[in-house]
Amino acid sequence: MLEEPFATGHSHIHCLDPRLKVLFATVYSFVVALSDRFPSLFAALALSFLLIGLARLNIREVAKRVLIVNGLILLFWLVLPLTFEGVALFYLGPFEVTREGLLLSARITLKSNAILLAFVALIASTSIATLGHALNRLRMPEKMVHLLLLTYRYVFVIEQEYQRLVRATKIRGFRPRSNLHTYRTYAYLIGMLFVRASERAARVHRAMICRGFKGKFYCLREFSFSRLDFVWSAFMAIVVIGLVIVEWV
Amino acid sequence: MEKIATTRNPEPATRNPIIQLENICFSYPNGRAVLDNLQFEIGRGQKSGLIGPNGSGKTTFLHIIMGLLISWSGTVRIFGKPVETEQDFRHVRQKVGFLFQNADDQLFSPTVLEDVAFGPLNLGKKPGEAREMSLDTLKALNLDGFEDRVTHRLSGGEKKLVALATVLVMKPDVLLLDEPTTGLDEDTSKRIIDILNGLDISYVIVSHEYDFLARTTRDIYSMQGGKIEYSGRSENLHSHYHSHPHGTVPHSHN
Repeated sequence: MLEEPFATGHSHIHCLDPRLKVLFATVYSFVVALSDRFPSLFAALALSFLLIGLARLNIREVAKRVLIVNGLILLFWLVLPLTFEGVALFYLGPFEVTREGLLLSARITLKSNAILLAFVALIASTSIATLGHALNRLRMPEKMVHLLLLTYRYVFVIEQEYQRLVRATKIRGFRPRSNLHTYRTYAYLIGMLFVRASERAARVHRAMICRGFKGKFYCLREFSFSRLDFVWSAFMAIVVIGLVIVEWV
Repeated sequence: MEKIATTRNPEPATRNPIIQLENICFSYPNGRAVLDNLQFEIGRGQKSGLIGPNGSGKTTFLHIIMGLLISWSGTVRIFGKPVETEQDFRHVRQKVGFLFQNADDQLFSPTVLEDVAFGPLNLGKKPGEAREMSLDTLKALNLDGFEDRVTHRLSGGEKKLVALATVLVMKPDVLLLDEPTTGLDEDTSKRIIDILNGLDISYVIVSHEYDFLARTTRDIYSMQGGKIEYSGRSENLHSHYHSHPHGTVPHSHN
């Protein structure tokens, strides 16, 4: 299930204007992704840790997410040093481990973690609903925003329908095996899920029409830019400029 | 033996009809006729119940009033004016509130406040005004403090009450309720009964529960064979076990 464990809180970061957070997170991740020098990458990682600290998030939960991503990054460490061409540092049996390969893996690790942590601190600290409206205000195409919001709302309902179907197969003794019966059952199950989802979509649409829906969503939330937001905008601008200077000057 | 009350007409309420359906016919693409020359009207302040077996076309009937389905022939009049085009029905939907059978179909916004405010915003209210109206409606239904709750995490009963709020906030003149108490516990049913009795607008309730209808409506209609017939005053109707063949048909003992 989709939970939003970080979305509730009262830290400065939670109180920031969500538009500012989306904007900064986007610019920041581009700058970090395009950086190559280690001083700027380490600075970015430190900054991301700082943001996590300021958002006062549950460290255990954050660590769980970081671990998942780093599991993938481990694969790079296994493959890149052996396959990337460059100066050989040492040999592992018949394989040569290159300096460039190791450095590249290190860069990927630093970049990914810095960006991930910044997103957890800034974006995950915003509820999906607020995020949708912030994107709307940032002139993101309306259809995309509606897709995000409606998906978020109905993913639970569809998951429940799926669980109902799975239960229905289980109570009649279905056990998945590697045979045609199993494949057919799963195909029926998925097909039925599509049918139900589309029927539900039709019903939801009808209910929306009954309440005067004319194809346009109106946003209830009025965003205001507070003093705190100004202070943070200045801070974020300095951070981005600082990273650019360290990297490219 | 009791006589089956289907011939008496409902009392004066129909002099000032809000909704009139004349000679409505409708069938689904598979060819089964659902509504067959159906006549129905509801007057100002009239509180009616509609009962009928599953598949008898009760929901179809409600959808035709809302313009979600278009009848093959016949006329729908709202406030005396015939409604035909989508444009006409848009106007109708501001005046006629429709509570869907499944609250999950009705609540699609992430938070309660946004869902309740959806209707007012569509009617062109400013965000501040829509918020105000929504909070007032929630308060009137004893749902204060629900505004920031996440809709999909509400209990079944809470969902139903919030769905009712999303309809009432638009200040309709008539309310159509499609099996409002299905699957609800005693407590929530009781709350819905109190809310309905506190309303001074007309409504039509489709339900299988006589007890519920007896406590919320005055006139009972029944639907069978694609037609709607008047069955009598709700206080004269009841549900109990019968040894005679008319036990399942609404009837009165006087």
